[in-house]
Amino acid sequence: MSEPAFEPKPLDADILCVGFGPATGGFLTTLSRALTEGGLASQAFPGMPPQVICYERADDIAFGVSGVVTRARAIRASFPEFEPAEVPMATSVCTEKLVYLMDPDGASQRPAWMQAADWMLQAFSKLTKGQKNAFEVPFIPSFLHKNDGFVMALGQFNQWVGQQVMMSGQAQIWPGTPVAEPLIEDGKVAGVVLTGEGGEIRAPLTVVADGPVGAVSRRLDDIFGLPEGHKRDEWALGMKFVVDLPEGVELAPGTVFHTIGYPEPEIFGFFYVHPDRVASVGIFIPSWMESPVRSGYRYLQHYIQHPYLWQYLKGGKLRSWGAKSLLESGKRGEPYLAGDGYARIGENSGSTNVLTGSGVDEAWLTGVQLAEGVIELMREGRPFTRENLEAAYVTRRRASWLEKEGAVAENARNGFQRSLFLGFLGMALDGLTGGRLHLPRARREKPPRKLIDHYFGRLPHSYVEQIVDHCLRDGRPLHDALMDAVGWPEIPYDGQLLISHQDALLVGGKVQAPGDAADHVIFRDHALCQACETRICIEICSGEAIHPGDGAVPAFDREKCVHCGACLWNCPTANVMFAAGPGGLHSAEN
Amino acid sequence: MSFEIIVCGGLAPDPLQTLEPVPGPALKNEMMLPAVFDPWAAHALYEAAHLAAQMPGSRLRVVCLAPKAKLQQVMMKMAQKLPFELIPLDGPSNGFSDAGPTSEALAGAIQALPDVDISRLLVFGGWESATRGAGVVMQMVGERLGITEQFLAVDEVKVDAGALVIKERVEGGQHMVSRCAGPPAVLAWATGSLPEPPNHPQTGMANMRTMMPALQKAAAVAPANGVAYHEVALPKVQRETRIVKDLSAAEIARELATWVKE
Repeated sequence: MSEPAFEPKPLDADILCVGFGPATGGFLTTLSRALTEGGLASQAFPGMPPQVICYERADDIAFGVSGVVTRARAIRASFPEFEPAEVPMATSVCTEKLVYLMDPDGASQRPAWMQAADWMLQAFSKLTKGQKNAFEVPFIPSFLHKNDGFVMALGQFNQWVGQQVMMSGQAQIWPGTPVAEPLIEDGKVAGVVLTGEGGEIRAPLTVVADGPVGAVSRRLDDIFGLPEGHKRDEWALGMKFVVDLPEGVELAPGTVFHTIGYPEPEIFGFFYVHPDRVASVGIFIPSWMESPVRSGYRYLQHYIQHPYLWQYLKGGKLRSWGAKSLLESGKRGEPYLAGDGYARIGENSGSTNVLTGSGVDEAWLTGVQLAEGVIELMREGRPFTRENLEAAYVTRRRASWLEKEGAVAENARNGFQRSLFLGFLGMALDGLTGGRLHLPRARREKPPRKLIDHYFGRLPHSYVEQIVDHCLRDGRPLHDALMDAVGWPEIPYDGQLLISHQDALLVGGKVQAPGDAADHVIFRDHALCQACETRICIEICSGEAIHPGDGAVPAFDREKCVHCGACLWNCPTANVMFAAGPGGLHSAEN
Repeated sequence: MSFEIIVCGGLAPDPLQTLEPVPGPALKNEMMLPAVFDPWAAHALYEAAHLAAQMPGSRLRVVCLAPKAKLQQVMMKMAQKLPFELIPLDGPSNGFSDAGPTSEALAGAIQALPDVDISRLLVFGGWESATRGAGVVMQMVGERLGITEQFLAVDEVKVDAGALVIKERVEGGQHMVSRCAGPPAVLAWATGSLPEPPNHPQTGMANMRTMMPALQKAAAVAPANGVAYHEVALPKVQRETRIVKDLSAAEIARELATWVKE
């Protein structure tokens, strides 16, 4: 049999990338152009061009969950002639609105000041210009606007970038290849260890870009720690639908709505219109949300039925659905960006800006900056040591707009740890003063409330306990029963747009894990699960992959897991082990 | 004894995606959707690799007709599964390509190979396709190559004293076993019996050393479409989903039988 000769060598590649997203896209785009120009030699295979390999966990490089609106400053710098028409589902922003949504159901847990605002807006209907239950804020703060940017589907953008990189012949991007952990020798990163039979892959430089809950990033944090004073304590779960808008809806491609106020006051939402009458509509559930009932799917179903959005969505059809975690600590959660043999880029490197609500372009820029540094080091024949990478990469990052804007955003959300009102106030104060003024951060993080406390005054104590008992007995999550009990209306399933959570898993995509893959979510200490009152991991699980099991320990079904990682940061006792694993590709349209 | 095995295959949009035919004809958003190596051809490839591994000195190549960019993406996964050489043809992928011109392109690519030993040649492929089951492409490839020994819906092949013992599906849920004196032959596979091999990155890296240059040089092929489609539509199927735990096989069978009777 003809078998391409492969001899194990001390090094398998010159550069290994872990994860393919916008950060790696920026890195490989920049690097592959320099490699095409020539003049750079391989250390791993003398006499050959440098060998660059990227391992992506999901089954396709089009995995990337974000119906994104971005100013694309860094992306446009990489592609000065960028035409959104080249990328499916991409278009220029044409209209941008910030909309305050009132609660038409009376079921959300609104603070008194928000109830008063609702009353005022309804009493003086001129303010809402006839809009039902919604108020279009007359201006968008400059730090929030994206009106010079693009609406895109990240999966499609990733695919577009990946195809160009691979067609250059300068890099290989391997999907379906999860990386288990970094390979560490003598305190240096010497490569990576792949899951399953993949074994060790060695390289002088490992570029870590495995996203907010990446296994390699978390292992590096375990080993090297975080810089003094840095914490990763702010997260969100983003969940979205991609919808075929019904005939007759005349929203122009590029229309963007940012929403606040509904379905719960802490939940932000978005509605972006792509070309060909397709929209991305979704919500963010933040880690500082008080409610322990954090069902993204149920809340998203209520969100799309809000009259302000339903006027466009009614009669639409669900094309696909997706969910991901967002690491929202930003610069406060920045890890060591470079070390001996490795560098970190993208969301896990603390690049997301929570004040501007932007992460894709920032992640892209970190990749570009690292590539420029790496090219410089390769040209000068200098090794990838911590000192050299800091000088070539981190220095570039510190001198860029990413650093300046990240510093402004660093304290923008401090107020949310105290109350919603202070959160909004602090964000406005920070944004409008360019970070010069901000609220101090609370000493303690704001944990989700206990069920009894959260429903105090709304549901009798004994009734909550009864619901908990019944759900436990029936093997059901709590959220539907509790949301029904406090007045959230039943979802009027129509089989098109409003469908069951399990049907959504099957619509427009797949969640696939090979039959022989090991479970990548494991509950470490069963006693801790037994003692857990809220079990938010079940309530927030995006694919209903974590569900009540026998006894109090949740059960896990990897065939349903979309790898959003929300279980990881929602466990109050850090009892969830979230390892690298295959599967989780849902739709390329996300 | 060794073989020269060439597997013919194409790509299909991921079969679990929602596909929508549109006038053209084409599949809506096809280039946006994830693609897979056609599952029928994939079975043929797994069987080919297994046979090649049993017969030292055999050579395994894959001729694949698909849009180059998509082909490159899919090969990054397939290349990790087993060692083979790729002969890429940059062309259309959707299921509306006519069998005649498609077979012409595939056979032409095989004929153009300078080093094919026809006396050792086994041409493998899928009996059907996940995109549109004309089920005739492999026969046409065989005819164009002048190979008259053709076997359809193959589930198994064994080598016995230089001869090929081939098990084919026939009507009525039966198998037919034939004995073929040896290559050249065309084997259009049903499902075979081998599972999808796990990914092995080292195999992928080794494969890519020849695949990457081949992909970059892939010739554009535009098979003429001899068929005009007046209308395309999805079958009118209503899916009803229920989630039931711990149902026995007998109960599932009983329910299915009741549903079929209704």
